[in-house]
Amino acid sequence: MATMDTAEPSRRDFLYIATGAVAAVGAASAVWPFIDQMNPDASALALASTEVDVSAVAPGQIITVKWRGKPVFIRNRTPEEMKALAAMDVKGLKDPQSDADRVKKGHENLLVVVGVCTHLGCVPLGNAGDHHGWFCPCHGSHYDASGRIHAGPAPLNLPVPPYEFISDKVVKIG
Amino acid sequence: MSGHSTYTPSNGFTRWIDERLPIIRLSYDSFVAYPTPRNLNYWWTFGGILSMMLAVQLITGIVLVMHYTPNTAMAFTSVEHIMRDVNWGWLLRYMHANGASMFFIAVYIHILRGMYYGSYKAPREILWILGVVIFLLMMATAFMGYVLPWGQMSFWGATVITNLFSAIPVIGDPIVIWLWGGFSVDNPTLNRFFSLHYLLPFVIAAVVVLHVWALHVVGQNNPAGVEVKSEQDTVAFTPYATLKDAFGMAVFLVFFAWFLFYTPNYMGHPDNYIPANPMVTPAHIVPEWYFLPFYAILRSVPDKLGGVIAMFGSIAVLFVLPWLDTSKVKSGRYRPLFKQFFWLLVIAGLGLGYLGSQPAEGGYVIASRILTAWYFFHFLVILPVLGLIEKPKPVPESITADVLAKNAAH
Repeated sequence: MATMDTAEPSRRDFLYIATGAVAAVGAASAVWPFIDQMNPDASALALASTEVDVSAVAPGQIITVKWRGKPVFIRNRTPEEMKALAAMDVKGLKDPQSDADRVKKGHENLLVVVGVCTHLGCVPLGNAGDHHGWFCPCHGSHYDASGRIHAGPAPLNLPVPPYEFISDKVVKIG
Repeated sequence: MSGHSTYTPSNGFTRWIDERLPIIRLSYDSFVAYPTPRNLNYWWTFGGILSMMLAVQLITGIVLVMHYTPNTAMAFTSVEHIMRDVNWGWLLRYMHANGASMFFIAVYIHILRGMYYGSYKAPREILWILGVVIFLLMMATAFMGYVLPWGQMSFWGATVITNLFSAIPVIGDPIVIWLWGGFSVDNPTLNRFFSLHYLLPFVIAAVVVLHVWALHVVGQNNPAGVEVKSEQDTVAFTPYATLKDAFGMAVFLVFFAWFLFYTPNYMGHPDNYIPANPMVTPAHIVPEWYFLPFYAILRSVPDKLGGVIAMFGSIAVLFVLPWLDTSKVKSGRYRPLFKQFFWLLVIAGLGLGYLGSQPAEGGYVIASRILTAWYFFHFLVILPVLGLIEKPKPVPESITADVLAKNAAH
């Protein structure tokens, strides 16, 4: 109102702007707890790791374990599968990555990947699809035996979760 | 239309109220004396039918909450408990589940009626936009409601739809984790969906109030697409529109009852009677039928982000429809070319719906791409161009002239 009477900014204008600015900061900080409460809570974060005995996984077998509520595939690849993967040209893939970068040294035959399609989160079917790796039935993504995307709408390879061998037999995921 | 009030309190008590809170006057002016075009056809009864369906969903929903448990360990069994143990539970749940489908059938007819008769054109742009907002809120509500029984389709539907947000570059993944409240769809997700599923219908009701308010400011469109010019173009809302709406509702309820009592699971999926299992995705996951055309658009684009943009774009384009249609003539009745393209769009929409229910492979994908392209071509190219090149048929000079011409022909 004051600005209507005089062209010069008055002390009242300054007070209006300062009050408005403080109120905006106050409102934003009051809103944050209401937004952040939706993020994973302490109990969800606590379920961060899973230990699995992998000695019983036979060559050619895929087992599924649960980690953070999601399936994780552990696949013991056969020598033939390893040979086929080694011969594969990966440069042309959507998400080029060599098989060696997706496994642990000394345990090259053992692949550990999160079993969630990188398209929209379905669980792909094992030993299926054009590349005998995984096939996602929801929207038709084809993965190879290294979990790399070859065809379909998925943009990325099946992710390798953080894991380590805590002994020759036991893998700790997470 | 929202001109002078003709309400006169009939006794001392109503006069006393009227001087303090003129609520009887508001209701009288809105639903009794309110002038409606005298040529409205039965396609105009769907507004009333939709209000009725909103009430049905609210009442059945509030009652179902008295027996449902929003927890992953108990949600599925509590729904079965409603079906088997609760008095009339089977009826209430089937009413609510089939009611959602009926709600969407009615809203699609209502939207198509608006498109055919040009009800989105000036001065009804805000009225139309509020309608699109209601449609979006309905989709969000229906999606979250479908998650609550915690069956296989609930779980995987929730997973796929929330993952749509992971297509957003950089912030996509944190957003999805935030939506889930964890690292997958789980108990926190179910709880928040339940909370929002209870909230959103009341938000819809509030936007419906705005929608009706905007309607009563600009007045109803009508099959002739010409504005009301004199009092003889209109009839009073009560009894004319009230009774016509009531008859429309009764016929719609017969249709609803047929599904409800004879084939209550026809529009559902058998897989949703299997409890949710985060380790196994059903071989063929499909959304509820009312989302199928949008699902087909999503799958028709071979790129993840592109598919998500196309799907949201297919609804976003409705917001700007009033400015895409360049024709001055409102009603499709007087637009010979528009009429044909309108029906082509309806066929494309039905085709997309069918394709959305089929597996995403081979010929189905190609057909989805053609129809998706057609959908956008209709709104972005055909509608703007048609207004410039089409020669419309003569429009009646008034609503009364339209009614008289129609009666003279018989």
